[in-house]
Amino acid sequence: MAAFGLLTYIAASCWLAFIFPQSVLAFLLVEASFLLLCYVPAPPKVKLFLGALVLLVLLPSLGAINGYYLEIAIQIGIYVALALGLNIVVGFVGLLNLGFVAFFAIGAYLWAIFGSPQANEFIAGGFFPLSPNWFFPFLLLSIAVGALTGALLGLPVLRLRGDYLAIVTLGFAEVVRAVFNNLDKPINFTNGPKGISPITKPPLFFKPWLEFFGWEFSDATLYPMYFYFLVLLVVFMIIIVTRRLEDSRIGRAWKAIREDEMAAAAMGVPVVRMKLLGFAVGASFASAVGVLFAAKQVFINPESFTFMESIGVLAMVILGGMGSIPGAILGAAGVTILNLQLLKGLSLWLNGLRQSGTILTLPLLGSYPLSELPVQFEPAKYERMIFGLILILMMIFRPQGILPPRRDQKR
Amino acid sequence: MALLELRDISKRFGGLQALARVSLEVEDGVIASLIGPNGAGKTTLFNTLTGLYQPDDGQIRFQDRSLMGMKPDKITSAGISRTFQNIRLFSHMTVLDNVLVGMHSRVHTGLPEILLRTREFHKREKEALHRAMELIELTGLTGREGEWAHQLSYGEQRRLELARALAAAPKLLLLDEPTAGMNFTEAQSLVALLRELMGRYVQAILLIEHNMRVVMGVSHRVHVLDYGEKIAEGDPDEIRRDPRVIEAYLGSGAWAKHAQS
Ligand SMILES: Nc1ncnc2c1ncn2[C@@H]1O[C@H](COP(=O)(O)OP(=O)(O)OP(=O)(O)O)[C@@H](O)[C@H]1O
Ligand SMILES: [Mg+2]
Repeated sequence: MAAFGLLTYIAASCWLAFIFPQSVLAFLLVEASFLLLCYVPAPPKVKLFLGALVLLVLLPSLGAINGYYLEIAIQIGIYVALALGLNIVVGFVGLLNLGFVAFFAIGAYLWAIFGSPQANEFIAGGFFPLSPNWFFPFLLLSIAVGALTGALLGLPVLRLRGDYLAIVTLGFAEVVRAVFNNLDKPINFTNGPKGISPITKPPLFFKPWLEFFGWEFSDATLYPMYFYFLVLLVVFMIIIVTRRLEDSRIGRAWKAIREDEMAAAAMGVPVVRMKLLGFAVGASFASAVGVLFAAKQVFINPESFTFMESIGVLAMVILGGMGSIPGAILGAAGVTILNLQLLKGLSLWLNGLRQSGTILTLPLLGSYPLSELPVQFEPAKYERMIFGLILILMMIFRPQGILPPRRDQKR
Repeated sequence: MALLELRDISKRFGGLQALARVSLEVEDGVIASLIGPNGAGKTTLFNTLTGLYQPDDGQIRFQDRSLMGMKPDKITSAGISRTFQNIRLFSHMTVLDNVLVGMHSRVHTGLPEILLRTREFHKREKEALHRAMELIELTGLTGREGEWAHQLSYGEQRRLELARALAAAPKLLLLDEPTAGMNFTEAQSLVALLRELMGRYVQAILLIEHNMRVVMGVSHRVHVLDYGEKIAEGDPDEIRRDPRVIEAYLGSGAWAKHAQS
């Protein structure tokens, strides 16, 4: 019954989105189907099937009509991956990390430098940019590099607790950004604030197959779809890895450290080793999506990796519910949609009203032509404020997050 | 040969000599008690023994191996585990998971096995689960394994602490005031449980306890601390009559109370 309702809802929302390909509202309704999938009671198999249907068939089809949908979906995917990584550090191990974006930056720069002519600046021989075929080896390499830098940062700072750790991780991220910003002299490694471009995209290894079946697509239409499925695959892998870790002695040790470090140590948990592992795993996720991000953006500079990004991802984890995988996913999706669609959509709508010369009539205050509204009133400009308000309200009314971890009635 | 051997352990906190050259042995097959007035240094001795504090001086040997400088998790692997006086459970974890954490040093699945979900992983996980359920049953927590630890009643939390400590498969079990806050019948059933543990689950127990009825009823050997110094050692009858012990407790005004309880 519930399954049927879900299917009807999904069909209806997708139909709306097909008819009104420019409507933000219609697309939001499609996205809301995931929320329903979380909350409506239905057999897990049915939910899985419906989720896969939306992710693998319906969303890409919508994306084929309006490429912007794919762009949104890709961004959501990237943030979901980051939130899942940070969730391990903050949600499972209980270590406040305010500089998580540093590992994202390291992954992004890893591919940006070698996947563009940039590396020619310090390695002679004109080998660069590397061919697209190097993309996947670098994706794997980025996991190792991320894990290594995560552990390296962990080694000196894991002795610190709470606030001190937060400050040091914040500092670390700023140092990483400053290094990328300033390492254009004496030897030009990162091209400084000017950033790096063009960055090689992943190989279109499947193109001959498409042509074999007689499907001709331009690269420009293929790439967004390609990135969508790549991000989906990476997020899927990350979810699997996180779930397997969570449901093992490692995950239990992490949570024990979060609950009571001293008791965990006394129960035989090697606290330092487990914390390092948590740092490394989280960082490797961020670093891997960094590579994807660089390839998708084609251009990156240090501006993409500011403190606000770290805070944003942290907010996603907290809003979703610390220590909960569905929570991190929902938090990331929700915040990204809020920033990219809701507030921007509202702003567009207000602009439309302004241009059409609508007059706002307020009782007692008289009428006020919207065209005279100062540009500062664009809601997109209040993104951070509205976002902050939501955070405050959440902390007051639902401090455990939207989908806090459940105690599973297992076995 | 003694299972545990402490030689001249000293520990100082600033100006306070919490432990002063304490020596003590726990033999295989023995339930020993550690008693003394409040602030005598009993918990500090446990903390030193389990690697949470480093002693300033002295020697700790367990099964003829030095434990000096070892990290707490290594000491647990070596075969010592404990409960805490002020309950320290993992509140936002289930009862079952609390016990499973106690098994950390006994279940050796590595990262590859965990990520690949190998047959070995499932086998070990199943064994661990089986043993955890056994301990949950032993401590009378059957049916509560899915609850969060902080949802348990006080007495249940104490028993969960015991189950978690047993999960580490210790040879020597350290219990810090296990009957605190329990009524007479609860304390009696705990005493019965402790006797049941001996030989089957643990080789020896060292018990900090204020309830003299429990101490005198269950112990083979009693050690008395006062102001960080060991002032007496003997079987329960000797301790009951020892003038130094009586004086230490009279000084704190508590012996009469303890003796009655
Ligand atoms: N980490 C610490 N830092 C400073 N002083 C400490 C510390 N731990 C214990 N002490 C002090 O050492 C002394 C011994 O404390 P301890 O907890 O070992 O006593 P106890 O015998 O367990 O007493 P109780 O019966 O009340 O539990 C006390 O005076 C206590 O204040
Ligand atoms: Mg004590």
